[in-house]
Amino acid sequence: MNKVEKKPARKSRYDAGVMQYKDMGYFDLDYQPKDTDILALFRITPQDGVDPHEAGAAVAGESSTATWTVVWTDRLTACEKYRARCYRIDPVPGQPGQYFAYIAYDLDLFEPGSIVNLSASIIGNVFGFKPLKALRLEDMRLPTAYVKTFDGPPTGIVVERERLDKFGRPLLGATVKPKLGLSGRNYGRVVYEALKGGLDFTKDDENANSQPFMHWRERFLYCMEAVNRAQAMTGEVKGTYLNVSAATMEEMYERAEFAKELGSVVVMIDLVIGYTAIQSMAKWARRNDMILHLHRAGHSTYTRQKSHGMNFRVVAKWMRLAGADHIHAGTAVGKLEGDPAMVRGFYDVCREDYNPMCLEHGLFFDQDWASLRKTMPVASGGIHAGQMHQLLDLLGEDCVLQFGGGTIGHPMGIAAGATANRVALEAMVLARNEGHDILREGPEILERAARSCAPLAEALKVWKDVTFEYSSTDTPDFVPTATPS
Amino acid sequence: MRITQGTFSFLPDLSDEQITAQVKYCLSKGWAVNIEFTDDPHPRNTYWEMWGAPMFDLRDAAGAMYELAACRKVHAGRAYIRLSAFDATAGWESLRLSFITDRPAEEPGFMLERQERSGRMIAYTTRAYTTDRPAGARY
Repeated sequence: MNKVEKKPARKSRYDAGVMQYKDMGYFDLDYQPKDTDILALFRITPQDGVDPHEAGAAVAGESSTATWTVVWTDRLTACEKYRARCYRIDPVPGQPGQYFAYIAYDLDLFEPGSIVNLSASIIGNVFGFKPLKALRLEDMRLPTAYVKTFDGPPTGIVVERERLDKFGRPLLGATVKPKLGLSGRNYGRVVYEALKGGLDFTKDDENANSQPFMHWRERFLYCMEAVNRAQAMTGEVKGTYLNVSAATMEEMYERAEFAKELGSVVVMIDLVIGYTAIQSMAKWARRNDMILHLHRAGHSTYTRQKSHGMNFRVVAKWMRLAGADHIHAGTAVGKLEGDPAMVRGFYDVCREDYNPMCLEHGLFFDQDWASLRKTMPVASGGIHAGQMHQLLDLLGEDCVLQFGGGTIGHPMGIAAGATANRVALEAMVLARNEGHDILREGPEILERAARSCAPLAEALKVWKDVTFEYSSTDTPDFVPTATPS
Repeated sequence: MRITQGTFSFLPDLSDEQITAQVKYCLSKGWAVNIEFTDDPHPRNTYWEMWGAPMFDLRDAAGAMYELAACRKVHAGRAYIRLSAFDATAGWESLRLSFITDRPAEEPGFMLERQERSGRMIAYTTRAYTTDRPAGARY
């Protein structure tokens, strides 16, 4: 605590009027965060002429107890405990005018087990605060005492694998395309072909809800006919993510109950349904032995730009607490935003039991998940069989690889597209386990597998030159040689 | 039909050399290899018969291949045989790999039964054609 705070000159501290946030107890470079504190790292861009220390203090103040002026009613509370403190501030490497502000919050500022409460504090008012040009929440450290107040994923990676009887390889999925316009009957055809051909899952897209061309019950009924038929044709457990996102909680429960009654192993929701609805659906999924798939629809509106908003890794942390079994977390090689080092960090957040600080992956804190179940990351968007070695090397085996266009757009048909992906995947896992350097030998391994699989040969021919080489906007601030100060 | 349960069912059947390489991989990770067999291939038949206990203290892949050969001697052609690897690490404590090594000479597949219910609801049941016959006389 700074000097003002340690020996408060009570008279002047609580005189009516305006004083700097850093003089009100929201800034203390000597503060040692407690093990139970919630820590947040913000990237702050103060307005010209605003002292970065004052800006850091203001963020701490506005996201905890402060208002713009002194209030005497603070003295009716244990106000020092409730004040968040900016305890460290560093210039962002290579970004003049930007600072990393580390802020510590006492655990009692938060309601147990509520993402909505956490977010209302941490990303509430403060993001519109005028003295800042921009503000971005980069990372959070969630203490064990807080993690333990959440149920986490209803199923988790291990139990999902046990339930589906699928081990040792990434799961394979595809989003039905076109995502809008198909009738229920035609939609189910795509599901059947893809699952029969070798995929584990098919998926509704984020905006497949209940439209004039296909009401939700039609979709659910035909999809489950397709799932069951494909199961009988392969002897393998199959699933399709039935999107139950809807306008009201009551409507979502109705759709989820119907999915359960039809025997689906998985239901799906969109991030845009909101944190409260997500936690409600996670609890429903836990009660009903259902895998809960979360599509991160909408996140790019606030995660993509580096100066303002929040980093996806924070969304991923919150969603693991809230209880998503699957979350879309980027591909690095596909069509959507994602720097490989940052994507690696997101995956680690989802599925490790402990994340050590790793600045080059964007992880600013040690994070202990305290045995919370693991969320399966989903790689989706512009990926194809020819990238299998890169995907397996970068993303590992505990993920879902979703090839939408890369399945349905196959020249020999949907089932052939699915088979191509499955053969490529199994060949790559087999080779990796045998000790091959798949990154280097990948193309050769695929060529060899394609010799006994015409659909794979065709897929490699059609998509061999497809890459999405654009620079990412959300990139690491630290290169691997950097060491934390 | 070809049942596609397990990690490598879409590849041509693995040779003994390929199976040995996978066992070596499992042992290098510290996982216990287990051999199981069944004549009930239903996708939700979780508990195949165990060919002995999981090989917790195995050091040499040859040991697992010896057990696989012994299991094959009794069941090959008349059952499915799979090899799986169990990881006892905290936070996992489950299988890490599981693949079919042997199949019956013929795989007749499954019947999908539909029971029409009220509305347009259908209750689905998957039934292996072979399990109509008693255990031991199926393949």
